[in-house]
Amino acid sequence: MSLTPNSPGERIYNGIVKENPTFVTMIGMCPTLAVTTSVINGIGMGLTTMVVLVLSNVLISLLRKIIPDSLRMPCYIGVIASFVTVVELLLEAYLPSLNEALGLYIPLIVVNCIIMGRAEAFAGKNPVIPSLFDGLGMGLGFTVGLVCLGAVRELFGSGTILGFQVMPKAYEPINIFILAPGAFFVLAILIAIIQKVNNTKAEKAALEAQQQRRQILQAAGLVAAEKA
Amino acid sequence: MKELLIIALGSALVNNVVLSQFLGICSFLGVSNRLETAKGMSGAVIFVLTLSSLVAALVYKFVLDPLGLDYLRTIVFIMVIAALVQLVEMFMKKAMPAMYKALGIYLPLITTNCAVLGVAIDNVNNGYGIASSVVNGFATAVGYGLAMVLMAGLREKLEYNDIPKSFQGMPTVLLTAMLMSIAFFGFSGII
Repeated sequence: MSLTPNSPGERIYNGIVKENPTFVTMIGMCPTLAVTTSVINGIGMGLTTMVVLVLSNVLISLLRKIIPDSLRMPCYIGVIASFVTVVELLLEAYLPSLNEALGLYIPLIVVNCIIMGRAEAFAGKNPVIPSLFDGLGMGLGFTVGLVCLGAVRELFGSGTILGFQVMPKAYEPINIFILAPGAFFVLAILIAIIQKVNNTKAEKAALEAQQQRRQILQAAGLVAAEKA
Repeated sequence: MKELLIIALGSALVNNVVLSQFLGICSFLGVSNRLETAKGMSGAVIFVLTLSSLVAALVYKFVLDPLGLDYLRTIVFIMVIAALVQLVEMFMKKAMPAMYKALGIYLPLITTNCAVLGVAIDNVNNGYGIASSVVNGFATAVGYGLAMVLMAGLREKLEYNDIPKSFQGMPTVLLTAMLMSIAFFGFSGII
């Protein structure tokens, strides 16, 4: 896909597909594994992180010429921690059930490597608009990862999706999927599937390249033969 | 005393910080490929986590709580931890060069280890006093070290195995973590 670098579309594509935090770069694993016992928790955590990520990316990008290089880490942590506190208080006031479900993992958004990573790798060096969309893309990518994991775990672990019964009534929920081992298991399988797809793609590309080379060689050989 | 023992056992084994609470997963997956580095990281985490639990508990008890600034705890704790890690690094470099050589490179990574901030916040949420906080911090770190060293030992052995291509790398590590996590469920009966 050819998109102009740093355009909104390119940033969002980059966050969701190319550098998906859960499946490709594999950062921010703590909340990924901990809160994905159901789809709704995954969505809640993903969107909360996205809000913090967008806000911190925008502010850090605005301040990028003021923050001295040697002090950037503490400054970033201060910005991120402030936004997390704001979001935490808002959730406590307006979405107490989600706040209860996510518990300790809301304040721990501060140490989510995705946010610090984007501040360091992108927002600290780029203008405001691309930084905003970078945060949006990464946040959406993270949400997609959490929702995939949450959907599989909820489906097998309680037989429901978003609280609606999906599996037939006779289905006996496999409890271990919503316990800790299930998180490791489902993520392992999902990453293995992605690696399989990528490997097949790479093999196909290699095969095609080989065929192309052979054709070119044949053509060259033909040319050479004709000359002779 | 009995209470402290229960906290210690609970944090180190039953609710193992990595395998059942998923804190510190990044470093658990990242630096567990060599036994040597796993030991170094665990040592650094035990040291910092115990100290940071103490400092965070003191700050909470004598500054945040009396002033009614409870809502600022996330910001204050992360700043305290970052400053503490920096201080420990400087102090170690001067006073304990041998230890600094062994643990030094892991220290900066600890600021973003969510186990450290997680334990500090958890202590406040559970209403632990200073002694309980320190014990909880130390025991959590020991549990982290245990999981880390076990994992590193397993990964060193796994390296020589013939693994299907799609499962190479992270999936195998996650599956190993799954089996360890099931094993740690065995502890859930003891308290």
